[in-house]
Amino acid sequence: MKIFRYLNSLTLKELLKGMMVTGKYFFKRKFTIRYPEEKTPKSDRFRGLHALRRYPNGEERCIACKLCEAVCPALAITIDSEQREDGSRRTTKYEIDLFKCIYCGFCEESCPVDSIVLTDIHEFHFESEGKNVLNKEQLLQIGDMREAEVAQARQNDAEYR
Amino acid sequence: MMEQIILVVWTLVKIVAIVLPLIVVVAYLTYAERRVIGFMQGRMGPNRVGIFGFKLWGLGQPFADTFKLLLKEIIFPANANKFLFLMAPVITLATAFAAWAVVPFSDGLVLADINAGLVYILAMTSLGVYGVIIAGWASNSKYAILGALRSAAQIVSYEIAMGFALVGVLIAAGSLNLTEIVHSQSGGLFSWFFIPLFPLFVIYFISGVAETNRAPFDVAEGESEIVAGFHVEYSGAAFALFFLGEYANMIMISALTAIMFMGGWYSPISGESWIAQPSILWFFVKTGFFLLLYLWFRATFPRYRYDQIMRLGWKIFIPITIAWIMVVAVLKVYHIGPWFS
Repeated sequence: MKIFRYLNSLTLKELLKGMMVTGKYFFKRKFTIRYPEEKTPKSDRFRGLHALRRYPNGEERCIACKLCEAVCPALAITIDSEQREDGSRRTTKYEIDLFKCIYCGFCEESCPVDSIVLTDIHEFHFESEGKNVLNKEQLLQIGDMREAEVAQARQNDAEYR
Repeated sequence: MMEQIILVVWTLVKIVAIVLPLIVVVAYLTYAERRVIGFMQGRMGPNRVGIFGFKLWGLGQPFADTFKLLLKEIIFPANANKFLFLMAPVITLATAFAAWAVVPFSDGLVLADINAGLVYILAMTSLGVYGVIIAGWASNSKYAILGALRSAAQIVSYEIAMGFALVGVLIAAGSLNLTEIVHSQSGGLFSWFFIPLFPLFVIYFISGVAETNRAPFDVAEGESEIVAGFHVEYSGAAFALFFLGEYANMIMISALTAIMFMGGWYSPISGESWIAQPSILWFFVKTGFFLLLYLWFRATFPRYRYDQIMRLGWKIFIPITIAWIMVVAVLKVYHIGPWFS
């Protein structure tokens, strides 16, 4: 009956029901994470800032095969190489432009010696022009700083790599 | 001569005493709004900005917002009428503040105790629509003119239902003076007008929500359709004035609902204890409750379609109010019930 439907809507029943729902949520637990103080856990596969790793004896891993440079879809990596005195091939220049980088992780996947890796650092910024290009020294430094965490994350994920 | 000067100065002092707290309340109403809606959506809302280094649940937020708005540039749209563009927010704000002159906060605590208070308030809230129309026209923007047209049509439509609801109140109270209206509701919860005038009470508050262009009747600002409606082109201090006017009107409607239907400053319980005494605190509690309802509505209801708003105003509210005015008149004439004996 149409008339009953009209009378029913005049009681504002459905609107009050809706208000009950929002009223209940008012007192419920909030989902917000207060970011700088609280943080969500990060996956072992998190793709953040780049780093170059070393072997435990201090020798840098990178052999300048340039696979990462070739696979990089954003052309963010630039590599120059030469022969070192001991006859091994090493990079003289290894630069990553972080403005170009899309953090896809292809460089890490392509690397035959696990040299270039993406760490879980995601809180970084640049304060002047040109600081967005990381050179070899900076990348190695990040690697030295984060070696333990990087190795642990690779270890945890080893089964699937 | 001296007495007149004293009278003018004393009146100015009283005006400042009303307007300054009102501005602070408006500032904290914006904070409360964001906080309450956040809570209802499972979020925290603003909780960062403190005062002088103390993190008081984000209580510094309104001040940060205000100073940001006041320091920003007022941008004039190309070919806009500069004079009207600047006059519009002033009109909105002036009418919103002027209506407060006749609001009795407590027994005798009123700036202008005039006999036709109700009519004065209707006039002032109606004038507010000019600010909206002028803003929309002077902006020289399509969105602004659309928003202004919608807003004007809506305010004019709901004014009628609102006026009829007030006619019910004035039949019941037998006076247009707001203080008198509150006095005629003395004697505890059950002598307040919201019981005999319940449909009018609901309609008055809903019309008030529509009148102030608040959700779910905010087609005038409808973000998804016309960006921000009549104040798209406004920035900086001019925008802040619109904001202030809108929120002052919200508080106004809440205060009026408290005065005309919920017994103003009277306590809901009777007895001798301090809590049963009529006081300004009861007035604030009631006003605050209706303000909370405003925020609650906004957190709950989706926006009405334009034709639904018009249908609700013209085909539902106006017939119901007219019918209930008859009922009130019969109750009054034959002295039925505890309210009209």
